[in-house]
Amino acid sequence: MELLLSSAIGMLTAAGTYLILRRRSFAVVLGTTMLSYAINLFLFSTGRLVVNQPPIIESGVTSYTDPIPQALVLTAIVISFGMTAVTVMMALGAFLEGGDDRVDMPRADRQPETSRIDAGDDHP
Amino acid sequence: MSPALIAALPFIGALLPGLLIRSGRDVAAMCCGTATFVALLGLCLHIPAVMAGEVITESFDWLPSLGLNANFRIDGLGLLFGILILGIGLLIITYARFYLSRNDPVGVFYTYLMLFQGAMMGIVLSDNILLLLVFWELTSLSSFLLIGYWKHLPEGRQGARMALTVTGLGGLAMIAGMLILGNIAGSYEISDILNAREAIQASPLYLPALLLILLGAFTKSAQFPFHFWLPHAMAAPTPVSAYLHSATMVKAGLFLMARLWPVLSGTPEWFYIVATTGLVTMVLGAFIGMFRDDLKSLLAYSTVSHLGLITMLLGFGTEAAAVAAVFHIINHATFKAALFMTAGIIDHEAGTRSINRLGGLRKLMPITFVIGTIAALSMAGIPPLNGFISKEMMLDEATRTVWNGNSSLMFVMATVGAIFSVCYSLRFVWHVFFGSERDDYPHKPHDPGFGLWVGPAILTVLVVLIGLMPQTFAGWLVEASASAVTGGHPHPHLALWHGMNTALKLSIVATLGGALLLVLHPRLLAIRNSLWRPDAKVIFDGITQVALNLSYRLTDRFTNGSMARAFAAFAMTVLLCGFWAFSTGGYSGATRPMLPVTAIPLIGWFLLMVATGCMVAFHRQRLLALVLVGIIGLIVSCCFVYLSAPDLALTQLSVEVVTVVLLLLALNFLPKRTQRESRDGKRGFDAFIAAMLGLGFGGLSYVVMRTDFALPSIAGYMLEHSYKLGGGHNVVNVILVDFRGYDTFGEITVLGIAALAIFALTETLLAGASGRRLRNWTYDSRRAGARHPLLMVVVTRMILPISLVVGLYIFLRGHNLPGGGFVAGLVVAIALVSQYMASGFAWAQDRTPIPYHSLIGAGVIAAGITGIGAWFAGYPFLTSTYGYVKLPGIEEFELASAMGFDLGVFLCVVGAVMLALNSLSRIARQAGETVNAEPMDINPSKFKGGR
Repeated sequence: MELLLSSAIGMLTAAGTYLILRRRSFAVVLGTTMLSYAINLFLFSTGRLVVNQPPIIESGVTSYTDPIPQALVLTAIVISFGMTAVTVMMALGAFLEGGDDRVDMPRADRQPETSRIDAGDDHP
Repeated sequence: MSPALIAALPFIGALLPGLLIRSGRDVAAMCCGTATFVALLGLCLHIPAVMAGEVITESFDWLPSLGLNANFRIDGLGLLFGILILGIGLLIITYARFYLSRNDPVGVFYTYLMLFQGAMMGIVLSDNILLLLVFWELTSLSSFLLIGYWKHLPEGRQGARMALTVTGLGGLAMIAGMLILGNIAGSYEISDILNAREAIQASPLYLPALLLILLGAFTKSAQFPFHFWLPHAMAAPTPVSAYLHSATMVKAGLFLMARLWPVLSGTPEWFYIVATTGLVTMVLGAFIGMFRDDLKSLLAYSTVSHLGLITMLLGFGTEAAAVAAVFHIINHATFKAALFMTAGIIDHEAGTRSINRLGGLRKLMPITFVIGTIAALSMAGIPPLNGFISKEMMLDEATRTVWNGNSSLMFVMATVGAIFSVCYSLRFVWHVFFGSERDDYPHKPHDPGFGLWVGPAILTVLVVLIGLMPQTFAGWLVEASASAVTGGHPHPHLALWHGMNTALKLSIVATLGGALLLVLHPRLLAIRNSLWRPDAKVIFDGITQVALNLSYRLTDRFTNGSMARAFAAFAMTVLLCGFWAFSTGGYSGATRPMLPVTAIPLIGWFLLMVATGCMVAFHRQRLLALVLVGIIGLIVSCCFVYLSAPDLALTQLSVEVVTVVLLLLALNFLPKRTQRESRDGKRGFDAFIAAMLGLGFGGLSYVVMRTDFALPSIAGYMLEHSYKLGGGHNVVNVILVDFRGYDTFGEITVLGIAALAIFALTETLLAGASGRRLRNWTYDSRRAGARHPLLMVVVTRMILPISLVVGLYIFLRGHNLPGGGFVAGLVVAIALVSQYMASGFAWAQDRTPIPYHSLIGAGVIAAGITGIGAWFAGYPFLTSTYGYVKLPGIEEFELASAMGFDLGVFLCVVGAVMLALNSLSRIARQAGETVNAEPMDINPSKFKGGR
């Protein structure tokens, strides 16, 4: 079971990384979503894997799984929704403003070495 | 008044101008002045106690585990500096009110000034060096704002940057030095450090600590070779210069040396570093000062010189020298603040500060003439003014000091410095006020109004009074502060006349020599102008440019505007660090047995792997990719169910739904396909990085899962006390709303902020160029024929009440069974979103009585109030209580106070999710999405008599 979960985490990480390395914002958003699955699963797995022992106190039951990673991951899931929403909105805004959905800075905007402002002189 | 309150009052005062500036500059000045005055009054109430040798202390634990406590103390030294900072601050506030023009943002000025004042008070009243460091950095920052106050002047901005760079770098060095010092002493309390002299001076780390601390003090106090920032900071408005360079900022370095004098001084290292630096600075500053044409620049170099003088005295390490140093701090503050204000008045009324364009102002500005002349003569050290007495004491000390076996070097150099000092002081008087009247002043000069000259006049009266009766007017303060500096009980006898001693002879030599230099001044100036002289600004700019180029060269490698490159560099770094950590970590193999694999997880795993693979393969078809995201999310939630995490499964499932809806809405406006752009080689490289990262992370999680806990888990505590303390059976929920409620509080706030950021982004988009683009939008894909189909409308309407009840149920049971505010919020949000999907956004929006912003706010407030409620019961923030309620007709249920908190979570989640989706659909409306008046396209109820 541990092998299955860790291979799934590895696969999700690899897919997420590959997508984040793409040049279009939508792929990057998908990639971050995949990466958050991987990370949430990883955080969850630090409580070690336990079957059929949910952390709900019942009389007569003595062993439970570790509730702390679960609490961590629960908020992480919700926060990652917030993050996805913000990135999606930013991607959409960039697309509407700039006309394409590349994530890289356009070559023209990258400052050439020579025209940088001198440290002491900030005349426009 | 409590020392902490005295330090806090200026900060409180800093808030007022922003609130009151609409009432006018007078009100702003009045309230700042009041705050300062009250603080000064509070400080003065402690004078009798301090005079009796008491130290008033007050302490609050802040971060006791780090040794960082908000401890304050008032002793003689703090009292002296406090009186200077607040007293002169009061005069500056008055002066600035009349000095700044109508076009200057006065409220901003007063806010900066009060911030700075508070930071200075913090430094001089701190009894903890870490706290002192915090205030120290605050003075660097607030002085940066003050120096650069005239943002339109390039000199102002450059001067501010230079001051920040130099003092900021020194501050960083000082942090290191202070930490070493605290480490040696075993405490960060100043009181403890002052008692650890032997331990500190015996430590091998004494010299490094000394050097680092002195670096901080020297940069702040503009000691050679860091003196150059001070004249450039003169681009600030004159009230700022008068304040920063007479009584406060530059004196902070001196204060620190005085504060740590008992533990650091008395060693050869201290003597040679501090006294020599002071001597060089004193002579050099005075020499350059003689040749400056700008009045403020002249005063700036004179300040450098006088700071050098005081540093030198502190460096001597004797009790008498410390007394002289303390006395000169007072005298310098009085005459220098008066002189700066005089220079400001001349600039204000004559329109220039250039000595070449001035002269003959004696008759035109008689009041200014009297004030300026008395203050300048005091600076020159002419009797019977206060500057004379402390200069005598300095010369007297210099004659007793032997430098490396040479007994005359010190007093000869000190006399040379004094000669220069007399020269520039007399020049200030002679070249500005005397001589014939001119007819080419930029403005016709005349004396200013009362408001401008009252401040310097008060200081000049003090100059004379202290000069005539030093024991009466300054003796007590000098005695109190010198006792605090030296830790002994010096009884200084300050007097104008000490008999015809060596110091007096040297003084006479200095005065005559200075006058002679003034006569020769034109010739000296010509000689100096023909010599090469290093320009500190050019050197400084050169050094910063080199540093800048180096950092550009470094950062350009990794961030050239390509996000993929930056991320790849980051990923590789993480991978290498992880590999290194693992290979040196001493991993000894798996210790936990594996769980057996059954058929269902295996199927799930297989589905997940295939879906993820498909995701990579088909990610260019964006709609398909979204479906695959949904599938993956679903399997992840199943995984949570299987592995005993029902709460996570519920949350993941509902988040999945809203995420997909969100992405769908966004996809509406984005291209539906991604072109293949990267070359094969690039893709191969990316795939390699991705595979390595996947292997690394997967391997890491495998190792973690197969290894037992390194430290005992705190889970046992949570499980045991979940019911006893939190009143809940669902431990995850109890952790969220109770044990770790503070974290959750932060998290819902973040979520709310994210939603508000999305809202703000939408506003900007709709208002700008993209708004215009949207209005001319043509969709690139075919639109559905029936946009609000009857069937969907009916089904969602039927589901709505059911969903709301389910949401309520999940919310109520959350404390004991899987569920809670997060999940309930998501479920309700989904129910509402489905209405929007079915009947269109505009239709649904019209029927929503509460704006989503207020839901977010209400949520955060509800959670906050629940937390604060615990205070009234005398418990810490977010302590919860619970009880059981039995209502007729339904099962007995539990009401915990944590439920109020969970309600906050619920509201915040609903508000945030809905606001995010709402923002996206506003974009759709802008793009010409029709607003439907009817809930569905074909409404059967409208066909009257159809049957």
